[in-house]
Amino acid sequence: MNSLKPMRCIRAILFATIPGSAILGSAIVGLVFAAGLTARAFAQEAPEVGPLRPLVVKPMESHIGNITGHAADAKDDYRRYCAGCHGNYGDANGENAIWLDPKPRDFTIATFKCRSTPTGTLPTDEDIYNAIGRGFVNSNMPIWNVFTKQERADLVAYIKIFSPRWEKEKAGDPIKIPAEPPVTLESISHGKALFTKLECWKCHGPAGQGDGPSASTLTDSKDNPIRPYNFAAGGNDSRFKCGNTNQDIYKIFMTGVDGTPMPSFADVIQPNDAWDLVHFLRTLQVNRHGKENEVLMAAHGVIPPYVDKNPAPAAAPADNKSPGGGQ
Amino acid sequence: MRTKQMLLALLTVLVCSSLMCPSLMFAGTVSGKVTYTGTPAHQKPIDMSKEPSCAKEHATPIVTETVVTGANNALDNVVVYVSSGVPDDGQVPAQAVTYTQKGCQYIPHVLPMHVNQEFDIVNDDQTSHNIHPLPKVNTEWNKSQPPGTAPIKEKYDKPEFIEVKCNIHPWMHGWFVVLKTSHYDVSTGGGDFKLPNLPPGKYTITAWHEKYGTQTADVAITGNETKDVNFTFKATAY
Repeated sequence: MNSLKPMRCIRAILFATIPGSAILGSAIVGLVFAAGLTARAFAQEAPEVGPLRPLVVKPMESHIGNITGHAADAKDDYRRYCAGCHGNYGDANGENAIWLDPKPRDFTIATFKCRSTPTGTLPTDEDIYNAIGRGFVNSNMPIWNVFTKQERADLVAYIKIFSPRWEKEKAGDPIKIPAEPPVTLESISHGKALFTKLECWKCHGPAGQGDGPSASTLTDSKDNPIRPYNFAAGGNDSRFKCGNTNQDIYKIFMTGVDGTPMPSFADVIQPNDAWDLVHFLRTLQVNRHGKENEVLMAAHGVIPPYVDKNPAPAAAPADNKSPGGGQ
Repeated sequence: MRTKQMLLALLTVLVCSSLMCPSLMFAGTVSGKVTYTGTPAHQKPIDMSKEPSCAKEHATPIVTETVVTGANNALDNVVVYVSSGVPDDGQVPAQAVTYTQKGCQYIPHVLPMHVNQEFDIVNDDQTSHNIHPLPKVNTEWNKSQPPGTAPIKEKYDKPEFIEVKCNIHPWMHGWFVVLKTSHYDVSTGGGDFKLPNLPPGKYTITAWHEKYGTQTADVAITGNETKDVNFTFKATAY
């Protein structure tokens, strides 16, 4: 398999369809390719016009646990597995990019969707490492579980060569996530009240089916149309773009999905309220077997209206306004 | 010649900072009017029926603000600023500027500010907005602001013309104009602008309109005087 690694997709597909000639073919192509490599010193095949711009592989590093990734070591993997979509220069202009929706990530602007860090900040190395391993549901980014941990860490370091932000800025501080409280009918009910109050439904729709009044108008930061997440689609195993645990859902709306219309709610949702919203969002995944849907089933699928037991005790006594007078 | 000019500028800055009287010292002013020729694009009425709380704020539907004109071919919402001549004194205005969301509109439509100057984003509406500026040079963020929540305080550390969007209300559209200078103005109410407090020197004045691009003019201020500079943009319907 190692000898196949530097070959391009097209060749791999060709051999897969003509199995008889595969071994012979790979030997020949391997020879030709080896000759080509020495001649062109690992350069990619030249485009139709003009020479390739030179690419400086800066000595960037990544740190995932006790693994240190080195950009230089990911050069071949990136060109073989990533450049087809993300482009040789990380600018999302790979040869497949025009056929893809959503578009590949543009590493030159260093805006990342799945982060544990606040909106507008760089993600942690782990965030990118996890994103490579997890893939992006509803997109063409597959689950890259073929890489070793070291190879993945090297790739995390490699994509840092494309934006100067990685040399000037540190990653943001990961948001603090309190321990998850137990799922109760009350937490689901409060979550639903927040979903209504914060107007999540404007895009995601009242039943989370991605059909809110603003859904059809959404575009990402590069002006490409984009759909809000449909919670109800998919079965028991349906995934979110940035992971599948309750913590991942918490992170998605508390950090925002940068580069898309999904904003950060970190300034407007209290940490414990956020868990209630997570519990409600889980019930929108109608086909999922989980504790949230079990609690809801036990209540015959009816979410009671939320009653605030402690109506803002801090604000009310401070002045003499009538209750509900201020905002 | 250049050294002499710089010395003069340095001297004025020194004298001025010691006397704390910039407005009295720098009496030079550039003022003028921004107009257009041709036919500007027709501004369409905005359908806010999907957001009733905003729709009812407007007796008659408001129109898009891509091109705002006044009587006698006046062109509004043009940012006029000193693009070269005044050395960037690095003095960030302490006063924050405010960007208000009211009636599902950005007020002002174009908000100029100094690099690193703080600005407050306020939601005066009864609906949630998300504030989503789309910078290319500065860093991009996107924040939700439900009604009744505290102002969002932000700043940008690099000069840039930044488009601002609300994804929930796709008609909402505005600009942050982050400049290296505090000598700026926006043409309003008849295309008038005024850049006061300019020390003597040679300046390049730039006028920027979101649809019709930029124009520049050179002007020399020798002392206590007001120089007239007018800009005329060629308006196109598309």
